[in-house]
Amino acid sequence: MSSTFVGARVRAVRAVADEVRQVELVPDDGARAYPPGSHLDLALEIDGLPVVRSYSVVGAAPEDGAYRIAVKLLPDSRGGSRRVHGLAAGDRLELRHPTSHFELDPRRPGYLLVAGGIGITPLVGMAEVLARQQDRTGAPVRLAYAGRRRAGMPFVDHLRGVLGDAVVTAAGENGERLDLAAEISGLHPDGEVYVCGPPRLTDAVRACWAEQGRPARRLRTETFGTAGRHPTEAFDVEVRDHGLTVHVPRDRTLLAALHDAGVEMVWDCLRGECGLCTVGVLGVVGKAPVVDHRDVFLDAAEQDESTRLCACVSRAVGGLLTIDTGFRP
Amino acid sequence: MTATPSPLRAAPETFARREWPRATWYAAAYDVEVGAHLLPRTVAGASLVLFRTPSGEARALENACWHRLLPLSEGKLLGDEVMCGYHGLRYDADGRCTFMPSQTTVNPSARVRSYPVAERHRFVWVWTGDPADADPATIPDLHWNDDPAWAGDGRLIHVDCNYKLIVDNLMDLTHETFVHGGSIGHRSVAESPFEVTHGKGTVTVTRWMIDVEAPPFWARQLEWRGATPGHVDRWQIIHFTPPGTIAIDVGVAPTGTGAPEGDRSQGVNGFVLNTMTPESPTSTHYFWAFARNYALGDQRITTLLRDGVSGVFAEDEEVLAAQQRAIDAHPDKEFYNLNIDGGAMWARRMIDLMLAAEDDSYAEAGARAERDIAEHHRADPGDGAEREVARARAEAERARSGS
Repeated sequence: MSSTFVGARVRAVRAVADEVRQVELVPDDGARAYPPGSHLDLALEIDGLPVVRSYSVVGAAPEDGAYRIAVKLLPDSRGGSRRVHGLAAGDRLELRHPTSHFELDPRRPGYLLVAGGIGITPLVGMAEVLARQQDRTGAPVRLAYAGRRRAGMPFVDHLRGVLGDAVVTAAGENGERLDLAAEISGLHPDGEVYVCGPPRLTDAVRACWAEQGRPARRLRTETFGTAGRHPTEAFDVEVRDHGLTVHVPRDRTLLAALHDAGVEMVWDCLRGECGLCTVGVLGVVGKAPVVDHRDVFLDAAEQDESTRLCACVSRAVGGLLTIDTGFRP
Repeated sequence: MTATPSPLRAAPETFARREWPRATWYAAAYDVEVGAHLLPRTVAGASLVLFRTPSGEARALENACWHRLLPLSEGKLLGDEVMCGYHGLRYDADGRCTFMPSQTTVNPSARVRSYPVAERHRFVWVWTGDPADADPATIPDLHWNDDPAWAGDGRLIHVDCNYKLIVDNLMDLTHETFVHGGSIGHRSVAESPFEVTHGKGTVTVTRWMIDVEAPPFWARQLEWRGATPGHVDRWQIIHFTPPGTIAIDVGVAPTGTGAPEGDRSQGVNGFVLNTMTPESPTSTHYFWAFARNYALGDQRITTLLRDGVSGVFAEDEEVLAAQQRAIDAHPDKEFYNLNIDGGAMWARRMIDLMLAAEDDSYAEAGARAERDIAEHHRADPGDGAEREVARARAEAERARSGS
């Protein structure tokens, strides 16, 4: 997170699927090579407030000096997608050059890429890189890509061009479903799966993966912490050690709202990975389940217990949450 | 479309460049150096830790813990996992973190960079470019180092100079006369003409010395081989592969036994195998070996030759380090080039091409080099050796009749 923002120009914006726009961004100091699975950060202004949003970079390399991102309009989100959909060619904004938290290990004997909806974006570059090195390595690559509606799934034709028959798609509207168990059992024992999609998909892959006795470290997921198992809603927390009640609007994180309210916090990753910003949960008032854990720091049992939550990504749904930030005046 | 002629320059700016290409294989260690322990080594500016997994596979990871950057080489190798010696974070052989203290999960972002590794010709090679491009087929050919038809051994020396200075040194062996007078040097090396040829990604320097005295290093080997003492025909055929690998076909055969025509059976043949891995702009891991094609089972000869060549290279080491110090002390000075530097100039040109492919700021130098090669391209290896032999013969003839 240390690199600084640079100015960039929007070169083109076009629809690549229903409600999905691809934006080409030309940084002032030139686009750089990046590892597959990379994302870039955009500095946006939403409702007059500066915010940073991360988007996966589409494709294995910049195209004619531009980074490409593809963004789905999510009415349920914190406003980033709305803002990006408002961009037009010639607009200026600031970005941070791509970095990767979702790195591809190029030496596995086989690969399965699993995408759900707009989660396809980081996997496009991976598919391209893996297809390119396939002549040499012979490592099979399959891509399983699910979406609600076929018309809302970008890059299908491109991916067929890259991977041919190794692409399977499933559109929920047609009653199609990915056969995850078959896909996983067809993968080389030392192969890896790369998953990007909503938590429900990730959960399903994870369950299947564990059922087939595969090692957890060979299942790779991208974590932005932006999607949960519940819709994103505003909620309130009682910060008992500060004697405060803080309102968390739909487009702010708990961490940001606490920070705004003057509650001192420490944090690092802002993706629900490091666990530095966890707060204790003292009690909940309302109907269960109330905590929508969107982190990967707490394990499944800890999330079930819900005695802590990661303030940078996790949220409450309905009811009032009472938390402990560790402040002992 | 018309080609714009580029202004000719006296010399390319290559000698000022200290950089190394990234998209290439570098020898990181001798096979025997890498085992079930953590070996720190800096390769092309990257600090690595090398080790072998229980199945014997060599691995190379970035030598800095993801968490607080303590060198992993200060930690422990536990099976195929590396444990940091500070807080116990563990990494698998691919560099992914598998354990974090005081939590049941592992941050999925936690990893150290893993470098593609391939083992070939007794070296553990590391690829420092984009891992997806790491094709072991592009590892330089040093097969004499483990070919059953050859026997030998070598060493790794750490030289305090830029790797290109060693390339220069090996691409022109006239220095043998002056630096290695007691072993392989002979005035005939500095007096004999030579031929430089180049092809796509190769440079060859051929020098034949016909009807000359064998220097001590070679006289001894002829003796071991049981050949009759007397004048010899001596050859040095230097093969360069960028950025830093040089295999030198060397040998002597009694004059008149047909070596220049291709029958080396009465002589002794060796290959001086060299591969230079930049450590920093002013230091180099210099891997070398000497392989011979006779008395294959005689370890005594292997050891004697290795120690002999060690002595020779110690002389180079001193010169090269002094040269680097002089370069650093005279930052405003440039090199001038002699006729003898042709091989080195072409070698540096090949390195420039690799750099140009990776970095736009080299594009101009790269385009120029590309053009030069296209214009002056000559098949390699070609008839250079034959022409060379004829020339050296005539030279020897002239010397004999003249004196």
